Parts: sequence; structure tokens; C-alpha cells
Amino acid sequence: MYPLPTDAILRKTLRTTAAVAGGVMLLIFAFLAIESLPALRSVGFARFFTDPSWHPAGGAQVGRFSLTPMLVGTLTAAVGAVLLATPLGIASALFCAFYAPPRAGAAYRGLIELLAGIPSVIYGFWGLVVLAPLIRHWQPPGQSLLAGVLILSVMILPTVALLAESSLRSVPRAYLQGAAALGLSRWATIRGVALPAARSGIVAAILLATGRALGETMAVLMVTGNVARVPGSVFDPIRTLTANIALELGYALDHHRSALFVSGLLLMVMTVIIVIAAAWSGRRHEHA
Amino acid sequence: MSTPERAIRRTTSRVAPSSDWPGCVAAGTVWLVALLVACVFFWIVGDLIRHALPHLTWSFLVEAPSDAGRSGGIGPILVSTMWLLGVCLTVSVPIGVGAAMYLAEFTRNGGRLGRFVRGSLDVLAGVPSIVFGLFGNALFSIYLGMGFSILSGGLTLACMVLPILIRTTEEGLRAVPDDYRRAAVALGLSQTVTMWRVLLPAAAPGLIVGLVLGIGRAVGETAALLFTSGYVDRMPESLLDSGRSLAVHIYDLAMNVPGGSGHAYATAFVLIGLLLVMNVLTFWIADRWLHRRVTPA
Amino acid sequence: MTTTRSVFLASVCFTMALTLVTLAGCSKPEDAPQGALAGRLVLTGSSTVAPLAAEIAKRFESRHPAVRVDVQTGGSSRGVADARRGTADIGMVSRALKPEEADLAAHTIALDGISIILHRDNPIPALTDEQIVAIYTGRITRWNEVGGRNERITVVNKAEGHSTLELFLGHFKLKSEDIRADIVIGDNQQGIQTVAGDPHAIGYISIGTAAYESAHGTAIRTVPMAGVAPTLANVRNRRFPLSRPLNLVTRGDLSPLQKAFIAFATSSTVHDLVEVQYFVPLAD
Repeated sequence: MYPLPTDAILRKTLRTTAAVAGGVMLLIFAFLAIESLPALRSVGFARFFTDPSWHPAGGAQVGRFSLTPMLVGTLTAAVGAVLLATPLGIASALFCAFYAPPRAGAAYRGLIELLAGIPSVIYGFWGLVVLAPLIRHWQPPGQSLLAGVLILSVMILPTVALLAESSLRSVPRAYLQGAAALGLSRWATIRGVALPAARSGIVAAILLATGRALGETMAVLMVTGNVARVPGSVFDPIRTLTANIALELGYALDHHRSALFVSGLLLMVMTVIIVIAAAWSGRRHEHA
Repeated sequence: MSTPERAIRRTTSRVAPSSDWPGCVAAGTVWLVALLVACVFFWIVGDLIRHALPHLTWSFLVEAPSDAGRSGGIGPILVSTMWLLGVCLTVSVPIGVGAAMYLAEFTRNGGRLGRFVRGSLDVLAGVPSIVFGLFGNALFSIYLGMGFSILSGGLTLACMVLPILIRTTEEGLRAVPDDYRRAAVALGLSQTVTMWRVLLPAAAPGLIVGLVLGIGRAVGETAALLFTSGYVDRMPESLLDSGRSLAVHIYDLAMNVPGGSGHAYATAFVLIGLLLVMNVLTFWIADRWLHRRVTPA
Repeated sequence: MTTTRSVFLASVCFTMALTLVTLAGCSKPEDAPQGALAGRLVLTGSSTVAPLAAEIAKRFESRHPAVRVDVQTGGSSRGVADARRGTADIGMVSRALKPEEADLAAHTIALDGISIILHRDNPIPALTDEQIVAIYTGRITRWNEVGGRNERITVVNKAEGHSTLELFLGHFKLKSEDIRADIVIGDNQQGIQTVAGDPHAIGYISIGTAAYESAHGTAIRTVPMAGVAPTLANVRNRRFPLSRPLNLVTRGDLSPLQKAFIAFATSSTVHDLVEVQYFVPLAD
């Protein structure tokens, strides 16, 4: 569409910036791989899933290096948070874009923008001091998977809500006017026209939110109890892969430290799998 | 408020409520959710304000911290934070907007670089902040020799903020109708001009969301900055000096220093206030200078 | 004036104020008088020692205007690794050095004790060593087995590798795998807030922190260990059984700046700083 020669420079520049963005991920992957190598070599890949527990101090032979409890912890917390935050976030977006009186909508969006900026330390502290004791009244010990899921949902809700709202507001006016001309009610317009048109934005929002939920460190560290055991119920404490790194990195030596980088690598591999799965199912939907 | 919202409200509110019960249920649910989220917000922020108020004074904002942060103020820390944000945005906005433009305009047919970059960004969004901190430390502080510095911290923050910024701006660009592009071609505009004067302003909502989310993430980061811009609470004299950010200060006061929680809450209050100012500024700038250039009739 | 315009003006004013503050604070370091100390020292390591080291550093800087002392965190093992590699001038370690770390020299700047804490409303007056071991290994699970109410005990333990945990394990002759914990914490404050929020919890944290918090109304109390009350005085006179040194570690020969700083940090001029951080200064 654009045959002008000056645009070739533009294309090259933009291509470079995109490559830089992709390059950062490769660098991080390489960094994690290099740091994990000592542990992978001396402990062996299989033992990270088959050992009976996580007690890494004491060297490669004596220590126990099972990452399975942390893997389960991360997955359950992230999936739970995304399942809770997605409908709430989309509903918030609908509220801002379609249902709220104009000033209330703008104020609500400002509220959510502020929620997006509250540091994870504050969320964690609030969870530790207010939320966990509340859950404890119901079922001890309080610091649990449930607390983690609730805090994570509040943290990722702004991402979903703001991005979804932006996508909904960008739906071309003609679509909405066409729906109005056909006599569709507000909900029918939203369900049939606005949401499908904003689909790619909403999917991007959910992916970003999932990433955030998987990678959150500080807040889950303070509210989930950090016990390295596979949870039996939502009230049991869990330890996530991220909390595992944060808790022990400052004091870990040699193989222990390298093993912590293995958990970081595992998290990254997991994210890659989720992203590929999401892209693959997205492409299937488009062809359908 | 933009016209699409007015259009839909004007046209749809005439439907009689009694005959549209799915619509009623939907409306009720949406209002309930909004109320719930607002309640949670006021619960958390209210708790924070209650603990912060006794410590908020003008001297708190300008003095240097003393007694491990339990007295004095946060002046140098505010400065360090602004510098960190400055470095982060100066690096991430050009790269981010550029990459978003590339992804949105040049890879529509699913080219390999486009798919790879998009996937990389989603993966990058899932990397834990502590890994970013260690990575930033290894790459910027050690390999590139910046040591514990604001420059190193800002660059690390830029890496963290890129995925959010690029994805949201890309979505904003994708939402711009093709009519704009066709009209630009019809007028004989070069691609550069089209991008800069037509598409980017029209994609302003996406850009704003990206900036707001990105700034929010950058300002709230702790683990990543502990290893890159460091722990020093002195007034920084250059970008190569180590400088503590507000979030790191909050973390230290709340978790590490006995008796520091009062000042931790006050610092958090200042942080949220700062964020409010930045969000309004971002919206105002983007709205006035970009969005209004392309006003729908 | 419209709302947006007034907000814009407010934010411009805020930015200008911030710039003024920046400019006011920026000042070049004064030139050192002839023969005085000059240069930069970097300390990395334990986040327990860091606040104390930062305050000592500030006082040192005020006496030697041409010196900059940067204190960074990263954990005790980071302190050891950086001191060895030379990436930092001095490492901060919140424990005694291990036998395999004999290539480093330790300079103790303070002592810290570890006390068992219970919730303020927990009526139990004291716990014997056997009871503590039994609670932490899961053999005793309810408070009524040690004379309290019929409630399940919430056991709070520190994360693996932390020097507090290692001291605890060493004193009670336990291994990390033996402990059955309900909650694992990383920082002192996390431990305090957890126990303060749960009337049936038991945990262990730094004595000084525990003393401060219980004196300021936080819902915790300390219990004596082996009959000795957990006070800073008892740590100072070495009666209290569970204590650890806070060390600055160096490798090889010291530069004049390093020597001066370590001499300053171990002298009595900073004893007030040590006490204000709720640690115990070494007797001269």
C-alpha cells in the first residue's frame, strides 16, 4: 500500500525496535539457562520433579530438590486468580464504557488506574494484616491458597479492566449505530456486537493478566504461607515458584542458588507453553 | 465523553426494562461488580490513609530520611523515583511505540517476526520481578559496568514495562478503522506521516492505557530495583549513583525496620498521590495533543 | 477555570516543586582537606544488618565529607560472595562465618538474640526446650498438651537458609526436614504480623524486634528460654542461650578507607546507633 522510498527507512527502524523487544526475552532465557546449568548438571532434570520434598541445603546428593509442590502452587494460584479476575474485569469495563453515568464512569476508571499502581508490598501487607486473619476465622491458618488467589485477583483486575475498556471504547461507532438501527437492546448490542469486536483486545488483556499472576512475587510471598507442600484444599498454605526464589535467594549458596534459577526457568517454560497454547487456540477460532 | 458512548446510551435506554430481563440481569451484575470493586478499593486505600495521615507533613516530603527511615522524610527518595521513571519512560516509550507500530501495521498477515515478538512479549509479561532484578543486575550492573545505579534500575524497569506498553498500543492501533488508512493513501500521504499524524493520535486510548499500566508497574516495583538501583537513600548526584525508589523504601520500612510501618504507610500514600498526578497528566497530554487532532465529526 | 485546566496547572506546579527540590538537594561533594579520607566504599549483604550499616555509613560520611559509603542488600550469601570476588569492599553477614569461609575475616559490630514469641493472649508462661522441639516437629499439635487452651497450634518457621533458622536448628539439634510448619516466613515483620494476627501461633524472631513490638502494643509476647528471660540485657551478658553476631566481612589486606570504616563501626561511637536498631553493642 505504501511504495514511497522514505517509508523503507521507517520500516527498518520499526523492525529494529520490534527485534529489540523480542531480544530481551531471549537474553533473559539465556541468563536463566546459564545460571541453572550447575544444578541441572549435578542434580539432574528428573529429580526436580521426582524428589520427595524441597530441602535443598546440604549439597547435590543429600539435598531434596522437588519443584512439584511449587509448580502446583503457582498454577493453582494463577489459574484461580485469572478465573476470578476476568469476569470481574470485563464487567468493570462494561460498567465504565456502557452502563455508568459519564462522571461515575470516569471516576471509576480513575479508581481502577490507581489500583493498578498500588505497589505489591502494600497489597501483600494488607493481605497479611487484614485478609489472612479474616480467612483464619473461617479456617486456620489463614495464610493460604485462597488468600493468594484473592490478592492476585485484585492485582490483575486493573490490567483486564483497563485494556478491555479501551478495546470496547474503540469499537467503531458505525457498528453500535447499526445495532441501534436494528433495535437491539443495550445488552444484546454488547453481547452480539461490542464484545466480539473487542475480542482481540480482551484476549490480550487476559494474557497479560495471566503473565502478571504467574510472575507476582512480593504479594504472594506475604499471604500464601510459603509451605512447600502440595495443597489439599483452598485453605492450605502453598508456595509459588516466585516466592521460592525470593525467600531463599539471599541465603542460598552454590547448588541451592542454581536450583532456584531452575525454578525461574521452569516458570518461563510454563509461560511459553501457555502463550503458545493461547495463540494456537486463537488461530483455530479464527478459522472456525 | 466520546460520542459512541452517548450514541449507545441514547439509543438503547428506550427499550422497556420489563421485557428485557437478560439485559436487566446483565445491568444488575455489572453494577454489583462495580460496587464490589469500589468497596475493595476503599477498604485497602482507606486502611492506608488511616495509618498514613499522622505522619504526613511538608517536611516529610522534602527532608532526607534518618534513623533508618523512621524519622525525617523521603525527599531524596522522591527524586530517585522520578529519575528512575524518567529513564524508564525515555527508553521504553520510543522502543515500545515503535514495536507496536511495526506489529500492528506490518505484520497483519502473521509474519514470523511478528508472531515471535508478540509471543515473546507475552512471555516477558510473566517473568517474575525478582528474575528481572537478577537479570538487570547481571546485564546492566555487571556486564555493562553500570554498578548499582539509577541508570541500571531505569533500564531494567523499561524491560519490564515493554510488554504492557507494546501490547496495549498495538491493540489501540488495530482498533483504528481501515478507512483512516485508505483515506491517507488516497491523499497521497507517506507512511511516516500517516503513522505520526493519523494513526497514532487515533490510537491514543490504547497508548494511554499502556502508559498508565506501565507507570503503575514501574513505580510499584520492589524486587527488581533492589538488585539494580539499590538501597542507598542519599540524594543522587548523577544517573550513575545508587538511589532507592519509593517502593523499595516502603518495603524496607514495612518488613525490615522495626517501628517503620507508620512511615511506610505515609510513603505509600505519597506514592499513590504521585501516581494520581501522573495518570491525570498522561491522560491530559495524550488527550489534548494527540486525540483531539482526529476528532470524529 | 475548567477542571482539566486546573488539574494541569496543579501537576505543573508539582513538577516544578519537585525540580526545585532536586536542584536544592544536588550539591557536589566538598573537596577533601589534604590527607583526609576520600573515595567510595560499597557494602552488600544481609538485609538485617543493612539498616544499621546504613546509619553507621551516614555518620561516617558526615565525619569524612569526601567519602561515599553505599550500602546495598542481597542477603548474607551475597555478602560473602561479593567480599570474596571483590565486587564489594565489605560484606554484611548476619551470622558467624562457616568453616568453609575461613578465607574471610569477620568483624562483629553487634549481637542479636532469637526469642520465641506467642500471641499476647496466649496464657502459657514458659516453654521448655523439649516442648519447643515437640511443637516444631509436630509431636505436640494442640495447646492443651502444654497447659493452654484446646486449640490447634499454628507453627511459624523461617525460610530455609536464613541464619535465624540455622541458629534455631543448631541450638535445638534439629534438621530442616524434621520441622512441620504451617506457615513459612521470610522477614521478621512478616513473622510478627503473622503471630499478632493468630492467637494460636508460635514463632521465633530477633529479640530486639520482639522487645520493640511488644513494648509498642503489637499483640505479641516473648517467652523465656531455658529459664532465661529474652531481653537485650541477657544477650549482652551472654546469659541468653540463642544469640548470633552481626558481622562485617572482608578479604585479604584492608585499604585505609576499609580500615577506617571498620574501626569506626566497631567503636563505641556508634553504640547508640546499634541500640536504636534494637541490637546489642559489643562491650568494649
